[in-house]
Amino acid sequence: MKWKLTGILALMVFALIACQSDAELEFARYYSGGSTIYQSKCQNCHGSDGKGLASLIPALTNQAKLKADSASLACLVKYGSKSASNAAVKTFGGEMPATDLAPVDIAKVLTYVTNSFGNKMGTINAQQVENNLKGCR
Amino acid sequence: MRRLIYLAAIIALGSCKFNDDVKRLPIAGNRDLSTKVVNGQTVTDTVYHTIPNFKTVNQYGDSIKAINLDDNIYVADFFFTTCPSICPVMHRNMLKVYEAFKDMPDLKIISYSIDPKHDSVAVLKKYADKLGLEGNRWWLLQGKKEEIYKLSESYLVTFPVEDAKEKFIHDGYFILIDKQKRIRGQYDGTQPDSVQKLIDDIKTLKAEPEQK
Repeated sequence: MKWKLTGILALMVFALIACQSDAELEFARYYSGGSTIYQSKCQNCHGSDGKGLASLIPALTNQAKLKADSASLACLVKYGSKSASNAAVKTFGGEMPATDLAPVDIAKVLTYVTNSFGNKMGTINAQQVENNLKGCR
Repeated sequence: MRRLIYLAAIIALGSCKFNDDVKRLPIAGNRDLSTKVVNGQTVTDTVYHTIPNFKTVNQYGDSIKAINLDDNIYVADFFFTTCPSICPVMHRNMLKVYEAFKDMPDLKIISYSIDPKHDSVAVLKKYADKLGLEGNRWWLLQGKKEEIYKLSESYLVTFPVEDAKEKFIHDGYFILIDKQKRIRGQYDGTQPDSVQKLIDDIKTLKAEPEQK
């Protein structure tokens, strides 16, 4: 009985995956990759719940703010706050370090952040990140 | 008559218990014995490891020495404001301790900077403001680097190491010190469970008669 149930469940999971569109698959791939990158590169400061630390480290929970700053997010992740300029950098004034992430990894981590902690902004793909990086100071 | 004897025995037994029902935290560190002669009798006492004096200034520019912590239970840690690794995690957790004991006037938190060259009084004040600290319940302290490093040994934490990439490597322990300046516990400040244990232990410690 148990095996039957497991089998049916497995079939359902397969069916679900098969039904996912390419866009959904892309999102899932970016999001899960981004989650790992977030844990290793961002979580110490911004927290596992994205709440940051008081007025020292910005929270990542405000979708309106993330949207307003969306073009500069890739620059911020790649070059750190010294080279990037947006509302959060101006308000907090602390120092976010640069990272050595490739554009695709920046895209993954941004997809994770902009779709976690109450945000729902959809996929940010590698192409968008590359375009945004051209605009960095 | 027999009943009376029993009763007396029970009362006597009961009174032998003193206050030893009180739950106590262990006392950490090496201990010595000191013997002295009092009224012709040799008396032996245990001498516990204690935190020595130190000279620092806090985020308000006030001079802070060990004497300013007399009559306080306190939690200490070592950090620096530009720490890219564990400090934000530590202070996110320390804020929980700060919030939990809002109404306990004899509990202090002190954070020694291990990068005093950068962490001036002004830098520490800005950090404190941004962390939302008010009043004198949590001090951020600047002292002479060699003295702070040496002091870290008496808190039984790892001696900080300087490193080109991470700047300063140190461990993230919160150390609980009692009113007699003895170490009563060490907690990994990066682990929420461990910090919850610290909060519980502070309550236990506060209930000890010697800490009233």
